[in-house]
Amino acid sequence: MILANWWDLRTLANPVNGLLGWLEERFPDWVAYIVSGLIGAAAIGLFLGVAMLLLIWVERRVVARIQIRQGPNRVGPGGILQPVADALKLMQKESLTPRECDRWLFWLAPALLFIPTVLILGVLPFGERMSVADLNVGVLFIIAIGSVMPLVVFSAGWSSSNKYSTLGAMRVMALVISYELPAVIALLSVVILTGSMQLGQIVQWQADHWMISALLLPLPFIIYTISVLAEVGRSPADVTEAESELGAGYLTEYSGMKWGLFYAAELGNALVFGGLIATFFWGGWWLFGAENVIPSWLIFMVKMLAGYWLFVWARGTLPRLRIDQLLQFSWKFLIPLGLIFAVIVATEVVIWEEAGASSWIAIPAMVVVNVLLSVALVVGLVRILGFESVQQPRRAHLTTDIGIVNRTTRPPGAAEPVAAP
Amino acid sequence: MSVGLEHYLGLSAVLFGIGLWIALAKRNAIIILMGIELMLSSVNLMLLAFSRYIRSETPIAGHIFVIFILTVAAAEASVALALAVSVYRTRGTVDIDQIDLLKS
Amino acid sequence: MSDAGVAIGFWGLGALAVGAALGILVTQNLLHAVLLLILSFIAIAGLFLTLTADFVAVAQVLIYAGAVGVLVLFTVMLTPSSARVNADTVFFGPGFIIGGLIAAGMAVVAFKTPWSIADRGGFTTTVGLIGDALTNRWALPFELASILLIAAMVGAIVLVRSAAPVDNLEADQPVADIPFDQTGEADGRALATAAPRGGEGH
Repeated sequence: MILANWWDLRTLANPVNGLLGWLEERFPDWVAYIVSGLIGAAAIGLFLGVAMLLLIWVERRVVARIQIRQGPNRVGPGGILQPVADALKLMQKESLTPRECDRWLFWLAPALLFIPTVLILGVLPFGERMSVADLNVGVLFIIAIGSVMPLVVFSAGWSSSNKYSTLGAMRVMALVISYELPAVIALLSVVILTGSMQLGQIVQWQADHWMISALLLPLPFIIYTISVLAEVGRSPADVTEAESELGAGYLTEYSGMKWGLFYAAELGNALVFGGLIATFFWGGWWLFGAENVIPSWLIFMVKMLAGYWLFVWARGTLPRLRIDQLLQFSWKFLIPLGLIFAVIVATEVVIWEEAGASSWIAIPAMVVVNVLLSVALVVGLVRILGFESVQQPRRAHLTTDIGIVNRTTRPPGAAEPVAAP
Repeated sequence: MSVGLEHYLGLSAVLFGIGLWIALAKRNAIIILMGIELMLSSVNLMLLAFSRYIRSETPIAGHIFVIFILTVAAAEASVALALAVSVYRTRGTVDIDQIDLLKS
Repeated sequence: MSDAGVAIGFWGLGALAVGAALGILVTQNLLHAVLLLILSFIAIAGLFLTLTADFVAVAQVLIYAGAVGVLVLFTVMLTPSSARVNADTVFFGPGFIIGGLIAAGMAVVAFKTPWSIADRGGFTTTVGLIGDALTNRWALPFELASILLIAAMVGAIVLVRSAAPVDNLEADQPVADIPFDQTGEADGRALATAAPRGGEGH
């Protein structure tokens, strides 16, 4: 059990409550109120700043190792000072502003991009009783923020008055709208199962029933991860800033620190959504009783980084998808799967309540049934929709092995060489 | 000073008046639609203020009414915008001062 | 919820909402008008929060700012820049008078009426109450709203869909022969008699 002494650092709520209690004894009420707000804001700001500096290094090193190369390794031991070097370089660069751009929007867009990140960080339960604002409608709040995010990216792309940026902006709107729905339906399954939209309650439910939601709801977990990957705009779904297609998409006209802010905001968003996956599906700050020994906020940060690592893994491994492939995948595959599974989960919850079975029987039974059903649904829908599996080559061949003629470039009109016997 | 029901109703009236002004005073069909949406939002504000402050048996009825207004407003906005796009395609403009005859 | 917090929230967010609404009137750029409308919606959602309506506030952001705002943005994108002016009609002055009179009338009634104020402190949480109401007492309007949404979706799609003449090509008919104003004629009969009809349509 968590003791409530102020030096009990297993949850940081204890020192904060100790400080606030001390303040309330000596000063009028509103001092403690304002101080608690300031502590929350300072905590979020500190966390976000440190996390972004660290994530630049993590991202570049991990992606490099996946691609079998060293990452940045010159600036400091193992390249750990690379983010500092990046920030210094970007700050001394010239920030170009196109002449015909929409000046207000162009300047505001990189600053506005941090607002969704900070708002979601306010609702995340970092530890036991450690969320800045544990809203009653936390899940809906997160969905609402996810639906406002594309407006900022759109205004960034559109205000650049550059046709590639505008194309990138339109693509991001279509992409985020299409992937909001599977995310919402996956969260619907979580809310039906745990019976609450409050993020702290969702984690508490998983703690009470001694099981993480990822095993109870495997299909919503996968659907949510894929949808969030597309919503944040990371590879394989980064058609909005497809470097090989669109210049740099909506980022084309941004240079210097404004570009740095965009990049940092994308990483911050990825981390925050990794934290959301950890909260909904991996048990948040709870880890099978280990939070009595290890501080709960450390557990949560490790899980958050694990969620972020999933995104980096996807980026390093998978090729970029086309926009029509992405949209088809969302509308034809993820949404039907999500809806069917939501109905299944609702049925199971009703059966559980009616039968009155105890958790020790019901939870393992649900795990087994849901995992089998998820596999069956995915395989079934793939067969019905007629997707075929891509044949992977077994091992790499050199082109000379297969007997291709050694083609050299020749001027047009020259005779074609005869193949060697 | 504490804020009571009258202040919320006054604010809602001001927003309604501005929405009406936008709907009457602008030429672009899309801006007129925006004025209408603003009027609907102000009515939502008024309903929620009543639900919060007035003594009644089912105080949640105000919230339910507002949810239905949100739904209908979203549906109406989508159809109105589809109409605007379709008018643009046939008439070439969304300026309501120029779309005043049934035959082009 | 403390009185001072509600007062600060009300005056600040109210000023923001009214300012953004006035900005829609004044600005010349259509896109700025749309973004100001979205700002006004978010300010109104904040006002909902001061009225302890948490679910409806978040639903307002989700539906109005997130969905209707994006819809209006897309429509602005579909009209070219020549039509993106925010001009005024002749009713600018009369509109101000009418709007002002209606607003003043409502405000006077609001301040003069003796309301029977309830002595509960607002809602602590509304989600459970709303869910219970929507499935028990107001279940029928809930179902009708879903039918309304489907009708609106289908209607909007039908309105903006134009019958592509490519679908109705006869074999070997050159595409240039199809007159340009053939919107909405989805059957093949119109095209079967498609001699070049140069004099029809504008």
